[in-house]
Amino acid sequence: MFTRLKQNHRLLVLVVLGAILLFCLIIGAAFGAEAISPLDIVKMTLNKIGLSDFSLSPAWEQRNHETILFMIRLPRVVAGALVGAALAVAGVLFQGLLRNPMADPYIIGTSAGALFGATVARMLPVSLALFGFGLVPIAAFLGALAAVLVVYNLARVGGKTPVVSMLLAGFAVSAMLAAVTFFMVTLSGRTELIHIIYSFLMGSISVSGWDQIILIAPLIVGGIVLARFFAFRLNAFALGEEGAAYVGVNVEREKLLILGLGSLLTASAVSISGLVGFVGLVVPHAMRLVLGPDHRLLLPAAALSGGAFVVIADLFARTVRAPDEIQIGILTALIGAPFFIYLLRRTRREYAF
Amino acid sequence: MINLNQVSFSYNNTPVLHHIDLVVEKGEMVALLGPNGSGKTTLIKLISGVLKPSEGEIRLDGSRLSRLKRREVAQRVAVVPQQFNMPFAFTLREVVFLGRTPFLKTFSDEGKRDYQVVEQTIALIGIEQLKERFFNELSGGERQKAILAMALAQEPKLLLLDEPTAHLDINHQVEILSLVRSLNREQGLTVIGAMHDLNLAALYFNRVILLKQGSIVADGPPEKVLTEESIKEVFSASVQVTQHPVTKSPHIVITPW
Repeated sequence: MFTRLKQNHRLLVLVVLGAILLFCLIIGAAFGAEAISPLDIVKMTLNKIGLSDFSLSPAWEQRNHETILFMIRLPRVVAGALVGAALAVAGVLFQGLLRNPMADPYIIGTSAGALFGATVARMLPVSLALFGFGLVPIAAFLGALAAVLVVYNLARVGGKTPVVSMLLAGFAVSAMLAAVTFFMVTLSGRTELIHIIYSFLMGSISVSGWDQIILIAPLIVGGIVLARFFAFRLNAFALGEEGAAYVGVNVEREKLLILGLGSLLTASAVSISGLVGFVGLVVPHAMRLVLGPDHRLLLPAAALSGGAFVVIADLFARTVRAPDEIQIGILTALIGAPFFIYLLRRTRREYAF
Repeated sequence: MINLNQVSFSYNNTPVLHHIDLVVEKGEMVALLGPNGSGKTTLIKLISGVLKPSEGEIRLDGSRLSRLKRREVAQRVAVVPQQFNMPFAFTLREVVFLGRTPFLKTFSDEGKRDYQVVEQTIALIGIEQLKERFFNELSGGERQKAILAMALAQEPKLLLLDEPTAHLDINHQVEILSLVRSLNREQGLTVIGAMHDLNLAALYFNRVILLKQGSIVADGPPEKVLTEESIKEVFSASVQVTQHPVTKSPHIVITPW
C-alpha cells in the first residue's frame, strides 16, 4: 500500500511533475522530420524570451531551427500539453462529482457534445464574434454542457449516478451526437468539412502557429486554476450528494458549477484537438493510485501529468510512421480502452445490476 | 434550539409527515422511535435542512432554516447517517477532515485550527490508531466512529443521528451511544436520534418520541412513553415492559407466541 504524503511533500510532488512535463515538452519539440538538440531548444527559447544570449552555430542552421521550433514544434507541444491538462482535469472533476472513477469526458458524451456544437457553428452562414471569440468555441462549450446535463439526468437513478446507467447514457448520447454531426455535414455537401470532422472524430493536435493557442490557453489555464478552488467541495462529494449537503455544500449550485467547468475544459480541448479519448480516465486514475484521492493534490497533479502524457502520445503519433502521422486519438484509445475494460472488471461489484 | 411548527412533508404527493409540532431545547437528548415508514428518517432530514417541508416552518435558534445557507446550517448542525461507502481510497483522517468543509472559505486553504479540531476529535473518539487506514477497509463499527468523528469535527450545537447503530455489533452500539451521551452531558450537545432499538433508546435518551404513520403519538421520558399499550399501538407488537435491572429504565421484553 502506498503511504500518504505529508503536507509539505505535496509541493515537492508538483515540482517533480512540473519538471517531468517540462522534460516532455523539450523532448517533444526535439523530434520530428528535423531533429533539434534538446540543449539548443533550451538555449533558443531562453534567447527568444530575452533571458540569455547564447550563440548557436552555424548561423543558417540556427535560423532554420528557430523557424521550425517557434512556428511548428513549440505550438504543437504546448497545444498537446494544454489538451492533456484540460482533459485530465475535466476527468477529475466529473469523476469526483459523480463519485465514479469511469466518468471521462469522452465516455460521458461531453466531447461529442462539444464537437456537435462546434460543427453547428461552423455550418452557420454567418460568422459572429463575441468579445473576440469566434462562435465556434462558444457553441462547443454549450454543446458540451448540454450533452453532460442530458447524460447526467438520464443516468440518475434515485439520487445516485450508477456506473452502468452513466456509461449507457454516455454511449447513447455520444453515438447520437456523432451520427447527427455526420449527417448534417453530409447534407451540407461541403467536402472540406467532412475531412475536418473525420480528423476531429479520431482526434489530432492540429494547430497552425500560435493564434489558436493564444485564444484557448487562458481558458484552459484559468479553468484549471479555478478547478483547484473546488477541491474541498469535490472531496465532500465523495460522501454522496446528501452527505455533501450535511457538511455544508450547496449541492445543486456546486454541481452546475463543476459540470460547467468540466464542460468548458472539455470544449477548449476539443476545439484544439477533436476527440482524444481516455486521457481523462487513465491519468486521474494513475494519479489517484499514487497520490490518493484528495483533490487538493489530485487536480494540479492530473493537470501536469495529463499534459506530459498527451505530449508524449503526440510525439509517438507523429514519429512512428513518419512522414505520415497517426491520429493521436487512435493511440490514446489503444492505451485507454484496455485500461477502461480493466477498470470495469475491477469495479464489477459496483455496476452489478 | 430547534422548533417545528405544523411541519408536513410529502414525497411525490405521498404524505410522509403530518402537521408535526416539536420543540427541542438546548442540551436535550431525544430519540425518535417508530416502525419503518413512520417518518423518523424524514424528520431527521427535515431538521438537517436537506429536505424542505411541504408546509409549515422549522426554526433553528430562532432563524428560519430555509433562509440559512447550507454552510451556516452545517456549522451548527451535523448528521451521522447510516452506513455508506466512499468511492475512492480516502483515509480515516481525510474523511474526518471533511467535517471541516463548512468552515473553509472558497479561495483559501485549511488553517491550523482545522487540523487541531480534526486531531482532537479523532482522539476524543479514540481512533488514533486507525487514522492512516483506508476508510473502506475499516469494519462497520470503526467506520461509524469515523463518521461520528467527522460530524463532531463540524463542532455542532445539534447532532442528528439517523439510526447510527443499525447493523452494528453490540459493543460498537454501546460505545457510540455512550460517547454521544457523554458529549450531551459534559458539553451540552443537543442530540436528536432516529433509533431502531427501543431498549437502547430507553437506556441512553431522556426523551423519546413515538411516531406512527407520520404523526407524533407520544412524547416524554422513556418510562412514560414506552408502555405496553403505546408500543402495541405503534408497532402492533405485543411486548412486556419490565425494568432494567441496573438503570431502572423501561426494558422491553418480547414474548413469543
